Amino acid sequence: MSGHSTYEPKTGVERWLDTRLPIVRFMYDTALDFPTPKNLNYWWTFGGILALMLGIQLVTGIVLAMHYVPHVDHAFASVERIMRDVNYGWLIRYMHANGASMFFLAVYLHMFRGLYYGSYKAPREVLWILGCVIYLAMMATAFIGYVLPWGQMSFHGAVVITNLIGALPIVGEPITTLLWGGPAVDNPTLNRFFSLHYLLPFVIAGVVILHIWALHVPGNNNPTGVNVKSKADTVPFHPYYTVKDGFAIAVFLLLYAAFVFYNPNVLGHADNYIPANPLVTPAHIVPEWYFLPFYAILRAVPDKLGGVLLMFGAIGVMFVLPWLDTSKVRSMRYRPTARLYFFIFAFFCLVLGYCGGQLPDDPVLGSPSGLKLLDADINSFVWLSRVATVYYFAYFLVILPILGLTEKPLPVPESISEPVLSHPATTPAGAVASPEKRG
Amino acid sequence: MGGTPDQHASGSGDDPSRRDFIHIAAGAAAVGAVGGLVWPLIDQLNPSADTLALASIEFDLTKVSPGQQVVVKWRGKPLFVRNREPVQIAAAVKDDNAPMPDPQKDSDRHKPGKAEWLVLIGTCTHLGCVPTVGGGDYGGWFCPCHGSHYDLSGRIRKGPAPRNLEVPTYAFLSDTKIKVG
Repeated sequence: MSGHSTYEPKTGVERWLDTRLPIVRFMYDTALDFPTPKNLNYWWTFGGILALMLGIQLVTGIVLAMHYVPHVDHAFASVERIMRDVNYGWLIRYMHANGASMFFLAVYLHMFRGLYYGSYKAPREVLWILGCVIYLAMMATAFIGYVLPWGQMSFHGAVVITNLIGALPIVGEPITTLLWGGPAVDNPTLNRFFSLHYLLPFVIAGVVILHIWALHVPGNNNPTGVNVKSKADTVPFHPYYTVKDGFAIAVFLLLYAAFVFYNPNVLGHADNYIPANPLVTPAHIVPEWYFLPFYAILRAVPDKLGGVLLMFGAIGVMFVLPWLDTSKVRSMRYRPTARLYFFIFAFFCLVLGYCGGQLPDDPVLGSPSGLKLLDADINSFVWLSRVATVYYFAYFLVILPILGLTEKPLPVPESISEPVLSHPATTPAGAVASPEKRG
Repeated sequence: MGGTPDQHASGSGDDPSRRDFIHIAAGAAAVGAVGGLVWPLIDQLNPSADTLALASIEFDLTKVSPGQQVVVKWRGKPLFVRNREPVQIAAAVKDDNAPMPDPQKDSDRHKPGKAEWLVLIGTCTHLGCVPTVGGGDYGGWFCPCHGSHYDLSGRIRKGPAPRNLEVPTYAFLSDTKIKVG
């Protein structure tokens, strides 16, 4: 992919294979010798973590499918059987359920990394868009997967989300019927969701390959955002980043294991341990934590179609981000004003997530203010969601386009090596000395 | 398609109209074949005849005493059968001209002469949750998911739901029996 291969087959078998299917050369060039900026920090380790999480979800999922029964009369019981009777079934299912949460945690950090360091800017637009496609496919997979245990949250979550699509004019209702396979969420729905839940992760894996391909054409972005100028700016991926990623993976797995072994249900909802009942909706219907910001945006709008469009728009706007940010400077290290707006953006994303888990009319602080604005009290989660939603969209549609034209960025270093070499006193000499010699 | 042009196909070796015809005909046949295959693959997702056949039920109204509501499952969805008391009917009729998102008279929501019987599909028109009976600001139903308030006629009065609770197709077989669907 990068054009110049330094692979030299050492054995006769490798030479024979190299002229027929140069797969060892390909692996060597992409995973071992790939020239990588030498200044990547720990925010760059989430790509490797995500690849591992996808692998864990695939393996545990395939195993769970061997015991799960996709039928409304048996689904809930088969999941309970996995938990109680299947050998190590509890472990495999807890790994899968919490694995989804860890997958989303890693993908959000990966995305905020990209937003902060301008990884979406030319020439990495396609890389960014492929990432958005993966994220979208992840959300579809996670939602469908949550339906499969056929508990109360599974069922009514499926009802609410499929009804969202019904809000679209003309095409909405036919699409909803296609998803349901009947007049309501029922056995045909569960069957097709199981089929799709098995399919989509492989689609994700396919797009991940394209994502890595699109990464290896321009190469990694880096914390300074400046292009790699010479070989002195890079180190080979192995051993430098295999070791760094490996350490980050180990730390991440500690967190994952803490959930799986010590609090495996803390991220779920107790209601999902009640078998699905189409005649009773749980009092507090909330999606999983990783959907809460979008759920808050949905509820911030008093109009059904408007809420649905804004919610999908919140994801859609990310696809066009490379053309919304007008600044030529990639990294926010050199954009102090933009950095401030970025941290406010990250804060409001968390606020949206918090609001999504609360009742819309509940007061945020103390008791209601008594001041009604339009349809709700000013001191309510619905108004906090509205403020945060406005900022969310303003960040992409107003702040980034205008700021790029008006702000004064700090001077950007000539190369990746320059800021390191110009402050020798502040950098531990040993830490950078050997990568430079190596490069 | 995409292969090298066959030099032997046409005698003169240069007859653009015949070659174009073959290209267009082959392309059209391919599009037709793909379309013919794609439609079955999509339509299999639609409800099958046996699913639709389970569409109608009969219900004995003597099970519901005045002021009560019974919920039965119909087409996979909850069906509300509510026996309204005279005060509740009066309250619903009184609001006939009140401002509401989906204006409808109470008399259009029950069968003539059967004002006490309200038969409704029990899914919120917002996102399909099941509203709880007797709750909300109007004494009808309240949807816990996103806070829609329905009145004693099942009309949306407050909250995000766009339409009134749907009245299904049903008929009285006798004074105490209805057929829904």
